[in-house]
Amino acid sequence: MPQIPDFSSARTDDALHFRFAGSWTVDAARALQERVEMLIAEARGAAQAVFDLGDIERLDTSGAFLIDRTRQDLNGRGIATRLERVRPEFQILLSEARYRTFPDLPPPRKNLGFEIAADVGESLVTTGRDLFNATSFLGEVVATLGRTLLTPSRFRITSVIVHFENFAFRSLPIIALINFLVGGIVAQRGIYLLQRFGAPTYAIDLVGMLTMRELGVLLTSIMIAGRSGSAITAEIGAMKMREEIDALHVMGLQPIEVLVVPRLIALVLALPALTIAANTAALFGGMLVAWGYGGITPENFLTHLQNAVDTSDFWVGIIKAPFMALVIGLIAATEGFNVQGSAESLGRQVTASVVKSIFMVIVVDGFFSIFFSSIRF
Amino acid sequence: MNNGPLHDPQREDAAPLAIKVRDLTVAFGEKVILDGLNLDVRKGEVMGFVGGSGMGKSVLTRTILGLNAKQRGTIEVFGADLDALDFMARKRLERRFGVMFQMGALFSGLTVKQNVQVPLREHLRLTGRLADELAMLKIELVGLQPDAAEKYPAELSGGMIKRAALARALALDPELVFLDEPTSGLDPIGAAEFDELIATLQKTLGLTVFMVTHDLDSLYAACDRVAALADGKVIAAGPISTMLASDHPWLRNYFHGKRARQADAAARPQLRAPPAR
Repeated sequence: MPQIPDFSSARTDDALHFRFAGSWTVDAARALQERVEMLIAEARGAAQAVFDLGDIERLDTSGAFLIDRTRQDLNGRGIATRLERVRPEFQILLSEARYRTFPDLPPPRKNLGFEIAADVGESLVTTGRDLFNATSFLGEVVATLGRTLLTPSRFRITSVIVHFENFAFRSLPIIALINFLVGGIVAQRGIYLLQRFGAPTYAIDLVGMLTMRELGVLLTSIMIAGRSGSAITAEIGAMKMREEIDALHVMGLQPIEVLVVPRLIALVLALPALTIAANTAALFGGMLVAWGYGGITPENFLTHLQNAVDTSDFWVGIIKAPFMALVIGLIAATEGFNVQGSAESLGRQVTASVVKSIFMVIVVDGFFSIFFSSIRF
Repeated sequence: MNNGPLHDPQREDAAPLAIKVRDLTVAFGEKVILDGLNLDVRKGEVMGFVGGSGMGKSVLTRTILGLNAKQRGTIEVFGADLDALDFMARKRLERRFGVMFQMGALFSGLTVKQNVQVPLREHLRLTGRLADELAMLKIELVGLQPDAAEKYPAELSGGMIKRAALARALALDPELVFLDEPTSGLDPIGAAEFDELIATLQKTLGLTVFMVTHDLDSLYAACDRVAALADGKVIAAGPISTMLASDHPWLRNYFHGKRARQADAAARPQLRAPPAR
């Protein structure tokens, strides 16, 4: 059982005699500290202090350190100290773990105004650098793609297929499911509202237009940004942390060619395919709800849908998909390469990757909307 | 079985055991790594553990630490059967361990000082001046410069990571220290200092050290006894003289190979006598 550290004091002539007892180990660190403070308080005013270590049962570096610290503290107050009955192994410990002052490290800045200004400046500079990095990264990727096209033997078809399977097939169920649900919800709300005007069938226009033009591609992109974008950042980031990227470099391989291009190609192929599946699932969900809730038979639904939507609606959605894929892939890869040495930075970069790509997907979608309405497509 | 140099009847009860492993079998799927292994580590000794790469040295360490499941056998640490302990007793026992992983396993999001303070903070709720001072003391004890304290593991060299990992392992002044290849990746001077440090700590604190190592110099300079692992068993255990005298082909190769002769020639005069008790 660990015994608490203790000491007793006795005054002999002009000297204070401290007998240390118990175990002076780190387990009782708090008690140690209290004892030491008591001892210093008691010794105040004495001319000489004797530390008798003969009754100490156990001593470790922490205890030795504190005893030596106390001794030097008393010395500093002009009290002469002497150690008595020190066992040889304690002697070594006391000299190994002797008290020493450690160089003061520069204290952290604590000026709030300064901090805020520095933070704002830093984020401005980082944003600028992000933009610059993403552009230069895009250039590098395009250059690598060009090289790959010139020498098709360097095209990593296996890698592309593996990533395509991951990005497209494995996310198909969840993407189909959320689009199915959203299609159903849009249909339900549409029928409920339009019934008041006696035109519930116009809900079919709503479902068709909305999913084909906007919702299908947007939901898919957001899902892929969260699912595959984060995976890309984490993979590349972990490789960066473990110097695997450097290993590729010194082997004469280009990390962009090996890691980024296959993923990017797979994403650019996967997203349009997923968007088609998403549109289908949403229309299907809308059809079932229209049937069950609005009493519109599937036959009527499909006939009406044919008149309601045009092939241009379909193309508006599909054209956006590869661009979304490009945005997601580029952001994910840049963030992956930005990972520093720590696990914390990996987490930060993955978060940044997902947040930035979702934000950019919505911004890009906005630009496309403006573009398509100005060309009346 | 086990009547060779493994069980020296005269020394069997020389000191209480810190670790007692009996009939330990660990297998991963079909592959049996440890097969009926027996091992004794006495209190207050530095036990060097050698064996070829992939023979299961790390598996044994991890199994004693409870990081791997075992199929059969018992492990006693400080006389307590690890399987018989409840959760709290087990945690209390583990507080008496200090572990230094081969790659350091420092927390990458914390500075060296914070890494050393983690056990102090978590187990003793110790913060403030004393925690700072104790952490700095440990950092200095393992031979790191004070300015390394504020660095993150990613900014350290390989040797500094080893030292920082040792500082963290020693934070609570443990009674039993596991070191996994402590000197690999250190320069010879650093490795020699490291051996000396371990010997000093062992003498002053009465530490028991279980050291997996490939470093023959360490075996000569720091270890009281050596155990050798082959074919899932401890094939020999005893002072280094026992190892040198053994005629097991793997041991002969290990201790009498070309590299061994060089280490032997360099270190022979400092060969440590068995610890006096």
